[in-house]
Amino acid sequence: MKSAVIRFPGSNCERDSYTVLEKQGMNPEYVWHGDGALPEDIDLVVVPGGFSYGDYLRVGAMAAHSPIMGDVKRFAERGGHVLGICNGFQILCEAKMLPGTLRQNNHLKFNCETRPVKVETNATAFTEDYVSGDVLQLPIAHHEGCYYADADTLADLQANGQILFRYSDVEGDSSRHDSNPNGSAAHIAGIINAQGNVLGLMPHPERASEALLGSADGLGVFTSLKARLV
Amino acid sequence: MKAKVLITLKPGVHDPQGAAIANALDHLGFSGVNSVGQGKYIELDLAEMPKDKAEEQVKQMCEKLLANTVIERYEVELVA
Repeated sequence: MKSAVIRFPGSNCERDSYTVLEKQGMNPEYVWHGDGALPEDIDLVVVPGGFSYGDYLRVGAMAAHSPIMGDVKRFAERGGHVLGICNGFQILCEAKMLPGTLRQNNHLKFNCETRPVKVETNATAFTEDYVSGDVLQLPIAHHEGCYYADADTLADLQANGQILFRYSDVEGDSSRHDSNPNGSAAHIAGIINAQGNVLGLMPHPERASEALLGSADGLGVFTSLKARLV
Repeated sequence: MKAKVLITLKPGVHDPQGAAIANALDHLGFSGVNSVGQGKYIELDLAEMPKDKAEEQVKQMCEKLLANTVIERYEVELVA
């Protein structure tokens, strides 16, 4: 399989993503945001974290209209898998590839810590290597991580099993206010689109992909994709 | 022609920045502020064109880029 990591001006997690993909034999290559098309035979596109375009106007707003994003959309419409991490999640929402949006954390502070995150379902290409209910230790690092969608959209996400990751306590309990680091609706940390091939999440699985980094809990996202896309 | 675009949160969308501003005003001793809403102001200097065309164009700009219509609403005022 082959994968692509999109680079925007202000991306800063592209190398982390590239490194995991390379170690997993997923043959990554960097793709510049100004390019008009993805390379041929790509199986996976990663939209990495960072501060694309300096977060000007709104987080992800400028990047969502970058030249490459037209082809990323077409790739997803053909069923290609897209993984947006942190700023990548924000970009996918602004590009309308995922419903809802990411707002400033409800406490208005930048959040940089490791958090328990529960896998809601393993019945997706992104989570098959987990067990539903697994509680992962994943780093979060964001100022705009508060997921918002209107009530109807939230009900749809829930009904369709599109909520993949929720902030929780270490036992996997997502009901308590203090297990929500940013005010996200329904403790949402990551969602997929209705077709199941586009994932956006605020926690950083690529930064928790080997023991040396303190946790390898995020590796399952990449091994799941590899098993599915080979 | 100038377009003045005012972007504010839709009613019912929680505004933590507004709440922080209200809190700060309270600390400064300004009483009687029930609540604060905050938003964004964007001014566009447009080439000369018929007003209805300008209106339509700025509306498209808001829908496509300037506002996030999931949470925000916008008002456009054209000034000759």
